Amino acid sequence: MSPPLELDYIGLSAAAGGRADDDLKGTELRLGLPGCESPDRRPAAAATTLELLPAKGAKRGFSDEAVAPAPAAAGGKGKEKSGDEKDKKVAAPPQPAAKAQVVGWPPIRSYRKNTMATTTNQLKSGKEDSDAKQGQEFLYVKVSMDGAPYLRKVDLKTYKNYKELSVGLEKMFIGFSTGKDGVSENKKDGEYVLTYEDKDGDWMLVGDVPWEMFTESCRRLRVMKGSDAVGLAAPRAADKSKIKN
Amino acid sequence: MGRAGGPAAPPWHSLPDEVWEHAFSFLPADADRGAAACACHGWLRAERRSRRRLVVPNCYATDPRDAVDRFPSVRAAEVKGKPHFADFGLLPPSWGAYAAPWVAAAADGWPLLEELSFKRMFVTDECLEMIASSFRNFQVLRLNSCEGFTTAGLAAITEGCRNLKELDLQENYIDDCSSHWLSNFPECYTSLEALNFSCLHGEVNFTVLERLVSRCRNLKTLKLNNAIPLDNVASLLRKAPQIIELGTGKFSADYHPDLFAKVEAAFAGCTSLRRLSGTWDAVPDYLPAFYCVCEGLTSLNLSYATVQGPELIKFISRCKNLLQLWVMDLIEDHGLSVVASSCSKLQELRVFPSDPFGHNGGQVFLTERGLVDVSASCPKLESVLYFCSRMTNEALVMIAKNRPNFTCFRLALLEPRSPDYITRQPLDAGFSAIVESCKGLRRLSMSGLLTDLVFKSIGAHADRLEMLSLAFAGDSDLGLNDILSGCKSLKKLEIRDCPFGDKALLANAAKLETMRSLWMNSCSLTVGGCRLLALKMPHLTVEIINDPGETCPVESLPFDSPVEKLYVYRTLAGPRSDTPDCVQIV
Repeated sequence: MSPPLELDYIGLSAAAGGRADDDLKGTELRLGLPGCESPDRRPAAAATTLELLPAKGAKRGFSDEAVAPAPAAAGGKGKEKSGDEKDKKVAAPPQPAAKAQVVGWPPIRSYRKNTMATTTNQLKSGKEDSDAKQGQEFLYVKVSMDGAPYLRKVDLKTYKNYKELSVGLEKMFIGFSTGKDGVSENKKDGEYVLTYEDKDGDWMLVGDVPWEMFTESCRRLRVMKGSDAVGLAAPRAADKSKIKN
Repeated sequence: MGRAGGPAAPPWHSLPDEVWEHAFSFLPADADRGAAACACHGWLRAERRSRRRLVVPNCYATDPRDAVDRFPSVRAAEVKGKPHFADFGLLPPSWGAYAAPWVAAAADGWPLLEELSFKRMFVTDECLEMIASSFRNFQVLRLNSCEGFTTAGLAAITEGCRNLKELDLQENYIDDCSSHWLSNFPECYTSLEALNFSCLHGEVNFTVLERLVSRCRNLKTLKLNNAIPLDNVASLLRKAPQIIELGTGKFSADYHPDLFAKVEAAFAGCTSLRRLSGTWDAVPDYLPAFYCVCEGLTSLNLSYATVQGPELIKFISRCKNLLQLWVMDLIEDHGLSVVASSCSKLQELRVFPSDPFGHNGGQVFLTERGLVDVSASCPKLESVLYFCSRMTNEALVMIAKNRPNFTCFRLALLEPRSPDYITRQPLDAGFSAIVESCKGLRRLSMSGLLTDLVFKSIGAHADRLEMLSLAFAGDSDLGLNDILSGCKSLKKLEIRDCPFGDKALLANAAKLETMRSLWMNSCSLTVGGCRLLALKMPHLTVEIINDPGETCPVESLPFDSPVEKLYVYRTLAGPRSDTPDCVQIV
């Protein structure tokens, strides 16, 4: 049987711990005024192993709702800021930036998964390549931030180095850190980590390679929660074992 | 009673078999024929000798030779293998479901066989070669979700089956050996009516394909693979304007007015086109080329089309006679409300997730709103498969009220155990409303946060339910008990990640023999419980399935060792002998 095509996803090590967000709750993106109630988020997927979650209890979920603002992962842990409602339940696993993969869920046929993987990769590469080709003058890439209700686009051509990129993104989003070349030393242990998807579909930490090499290979940017960005440098190798059928 | 001077009318029970056989040919359903066969020996004999079409939903339910012996006149056979959850990667690849014994038995006992269908089975090139050489009037081969064969096997079919009418390859994993299976159709061959090679990845010789299409004037179904560019699709359509069902090839290209005109003209000629599908890397630019066929379309499968936005909606809204729509969630709620108002004849809707694992930043395209709208405005809607990220009890109650005529309702919430996103309550009330309202419901898949309460409703109300799929649901064995002790018509039950244990199974062991199969994985079953079940029910095969590489013999395990995967099915044939090491029959 021909080997199924690999999915382009970020598999994360299970339970990458970290509930460091509490202190920065005030700087989260929200749609409402600070301190007002925000609707609870959907429950999280089980972690990468098939541990049975307790049957009841809404878990902190991955925020892919356009309308839900991003409450802290550990909302129920007792370090809540004022205004946090009591019915926010504790999440055992933290919110994964990409969903921690439960085998066979959502129930999409393997054939469909493999076909879509080819299709979307072709789409992505098609689109971004043409962006790059056009881009003597500009090089727009999408920037997503965990918990943000919508994405942004930045023109990498407007920056000359990582520092400028970092500053530019800071203006758009709040509180993140980059790799060795990056700035924000005061945020080194911070909330967020800047990553990018390269031409091969791998998710890389921003800052490791020279700037020019980065702009040539960067497809899109993603501001991940620091707690979830463990071991990000070579996700594909680690995840081969997780891809079933 | 005799009449003076006239022959006595024969008593009904001594009518010749041929009369009964003729009578039975009017029974539409196999179940009815089966029931007739139970009436008496005479009817049994007449029915089995005249059965032309045989469906074997579980290939291990009987020995193939017994099936062939019992029904010697079969012309069309369909055999299904792996359990449904194999589609989601939950079954080890070497599990079984080999087609070879069935092909061998058929070759022996059904020389007049005309049609063969396999679903979720392991089919080899040798099987295909045997099919090609064993049945002189072989006409229809359908392989769905199978694996194990290559294009060399296909070449044997196309070369050997002189009367082939239909070659339907749907979603199989086929190794491309670069053999020219398409060229093997002889030049004089013109009987092709349906050809589906959409799952093949390799190139085909386009000239050969074009010639084939040109000379087969009865070709009604043509489903191309992704290697055929748009330009060539248009050329083929010009040669086969009589086509009823089309699966497009690669449907993206840079926009070029000449190409657009060519495609548009080609479609304009296809006045009989009713069903459209394809692996669409689709570009909105070319959608208007289809406008001329929209009115006639009854089935539209855009489930691989990542087109979104106004072009998609405009296109679908012109398809006023759609009965069946498969689409991605890129259509969004707004798009579905347009579908609701435009496609009033809609019977089946499937909405697939474009970003099931949240890679694209997890934007939400579709909510419960879309389904509520369609259920409100499409009075004939009876079958739904809906992937979305959120649901409420209120929406489900409304849907149930709008559409009591559902026969198939499958809701897949992307996050396991999602509650009602507004009230944070379990979705028990919503799904209860569905089973209570939809008295004809035959298939149900549930998801979201669910407690034992919903199973009470299902057990009590879902009298016609034949297939039930559960995931991450329930609190205790009571839930499973309610299902197994109710649900009079239940045939297939598949469960994953629910806290159900041995007790409910053992208490309802007899029920399992009235069902076709039971699948459970990641529940709370034990080796001891499974052994007890097998002891209690000798006509059931109880399979404990481990991950490949884990082959610890079940006999050596303690009673309370957990069982990760269980597959139980009734069988006339006793335990199968083709299990891999990771499968143990207790």
